[in-house]
Amino acid sequence: MNSKKLIATRESFGNALADLEDDRIVVLDADLSSSTKTDIFEKKYPERFIENGIAEADMIGTAAGLASCDKIPFVASFAAFATGRCYDQIRASIAYPKLNVKICGTHSGITVGEDGATHQMLEDLSLMRTLPNMTVISPSDDVSTRKIISEVARHSGPTYVRLSRMKTPIIYAENEEFEIGKGKQIGNGKDATIFATGDVVCEAIKAQEFLKTKGINVRVVDMYSIKPIDKELVLKCAEETNNLISIEDHSIIGGLGSAIAEILCDEYPKKLVRMGINDTFGKSGTPEQLLSHFKIDANAIIEKVKEMM
Amino acid sequence: MKVTKVKALERIANKIRIDIVEEVNQAKSGHLGGSLSCTDILTVLYFNEMNISPDKPKDLLRDRFVLSKGHASTALYATLAERGYFPKEDLLKFRKFESYLQGHPDMNKVPGVDITTGSLGQGLSIANGMAIASKMNKAGYRVYCLIGDGELQEGQIWEAMMTSSKYKLDNLCVIIDCNKLQLTGETEKVKELNYESIEDRFNSFGFNTITIDGNNIDSVMSAFSVAERTKGLPTAIIARTVKGKGVSFMENKVEWHGKAMNDEEYKKAIEELKTKERSLEDE
Repeated sequence: MNSKKLIATRESFGNALADLEDDRIVVLDADLSSSTKTDIFEKKYPERFIENGIAEADMIGTAAGLASCDKIPFVASFAAFATGRCYDQIRASIAYPKLNVKICGTHSGITVGEDGATHQMLEDLSLMRTLPNMTVISPSDDVSTRKIISEVARHSGPTYVRLSRMKTPIIYAENEEFEIGKGKQIGNGKDATIFATGDVVCEAIKAQEFLKTKGINVRVVDMYSIKPIDKELVLKCAEETNNLISIEDHSIIGGLGSAIAEILCDEYPKKLVRMGINDTFGKSGTPEQLLSHFKIDANAIIEKVKEMM
Repeated sequence: MKVTKVKALERIANKIRIDIVEEVNQAKSGHLGGSLSCTDILTVLYFNEMNISPDKPKDLLRDRFVLSKGHASTALYATLAERGYFPKEDLLKFRKFESYLQGHPDMNKVPGVDITTGSLGQGLSIANGMAIASKMNKAGYRVYCLIGDGELQEGQIWEAMMTSSKYKLDNLCVIIDCNKLQLTGETEKVKELNYESIEDRFNSFGFNTITIDGNNIDSVMSAFSVAERTKGLPTAIIARTVKGKGVSFMENKVEWHGKAMNDEEYKKAIEELKTKERSLEDE
C-alpha cells in the first residue's frame, strides 16, 4: 500500500469515466459535477454530458429513458441523493425494467466529514443491495476504481457504484484486475479475516501491518463487489481463519457485514463481528476524527482483533 | 397502416372501449374511468400518428410512447391488441397469475410497451431521456407521453418539464388527460389545480401549449399535427376528457376510478357500447 500518494475514489471515477471509449455513454449530473468529478468527462465530451440540475428523481428518469434507447447512462450525485432521494425511481424505472443505468454515489459514508449527517450516506449499500437486478460495487482505491468502472461500463444491467470523498492510499499495483462478483484477498494470515469495503480497506491494511509486528497474522479481504458477492471466498476464509470481522463505512444493518452474515448463516455458521456505524446517523468533524469516533479506523480494528485473540 | 378517416378511428376507439370493459370484467379489477377517458388519444396515436410497426416492436427508429399514468394499462393493452401487437384473446388474461399483461405495463413482457411504468410522476423524465437520445443520434423519432391530471401533483413532473424545455425537445409531445377526477375526488380540490391555469403553467415552463377536447378524434389529430410542426420547444396538449367516457353511467363518476362492475353493470356497459358500434357502422 502506497500511503504517500493519496487519491479519492471520486477522482479516480471521474478520470475513468473520461477514459471510456464507448460513444453510447452519456453522463448525467445534478449540479455537483465539480464534486463528483464528472466535470472531467464534461470537458472532454460536452455533447454527451447532461446537466440535469438539482433534480435527482428527474435525473434517474432521464437516464432510464436514455437506457431504453440503447444509451449507457452514468448518473452521479452524492450517495445520499443518488440513492435515498430517488429510491422509488430507481426501483420502478431502473431495477424492475432492468435498464442499463449506472448510478454512481460519491461522498458516501462518514468520511464526507464536515458536511455532517444529512450528507453522510450510511444506508446506500443496504438500499441498493435489496433491489432485484441491481449490481452493487464499492471500490477501495484508485486502481480498483478505474478498473471496475470500465468493467461496469461493459456489464449490462442496473449498477450502483459507491465512491468516497476522502483521499485514500493506493492499494493495488497497476496490473491488478478486478472482476464483478469477486473479492481480493490480501495476505494469508490465519488468525483472522478482516472483510472490508470502500474507504476503510486501507484502515484494515494498516491494522494488518501493525498486528503482524505483534505476531498476529490476519488477512484482509477487499469486498469491492457487494452484489454479487464472492461467496466462495467468504466460505474459504471462514474455513481457513479463526476469527471473522467485517468493517465498513456504512451502517452495520444491511451492508457488507449483513451480506457476509447471510452467507455464513446459510452455509457455514460461524461468529462474525460486524464493525461499522452502529444504527446511528453521522455528524460533522474531520474524516479522521469521525473514523476514530465511530470506531472504524485501524486502531479500532487492532483493538477488536486483540480482544478476539 | 395509417387510418386517416375520423369515422374509422371512432369505430376503432369504440372497439377498444369494448375490450377495456371486457378486460376489467374478467379481471374483476382495473381502472375503467381513466382508461375510457384516454381511449381516443391512444387510438389516434397508435392508428394515425405514431411511426410504428407491430411486427418490429423493438425497431430503434420507431416513435416511442410513455404511459406515465400506468394504471391505464387496460386501455394501452386493448389498443396494442387492436393494432396487432398480440392476440386479442390474451386480453382476457389481464391481471391474471402468470399473464404477461400485468396490472401495470412491463416493457420486458408486453410487445409494444416501450417502457415500464406504474409509479406515478416518472414518465415525463423517461420521455425526456428518449427524446434526448433521438436528438443525440439524429434518429428523428418522436416521443409521446400521456400524463394524468392528478399525476401533476407529483413534483417530478415539474422537474421534468424544466428538462424538456432546457433541451428544446420539439420531438416530445406531452398529453395531459384532464378527466378532472382522481381516486379521492375532484382533482381541483385534492390539491390546488385550477383547470384554467394548466395552460399558463405549461407555457411558463417553456412549452407550446394546446387545449383541446380530448375525446374528439378530429381535435386530437389536429393537435398532434400542430405539435409536429412546432420547432424549438416541446408541446403539451391539454386534453379535456370525460372520465368513464362512452359508458354513460360511469361518466364523470369518481367511483369508477378503480372499481370492477357487477354482472348487471357489465351487461349495461357492453350493451351501450355495442349500440354505439352499430350506429357508427350505419353512418
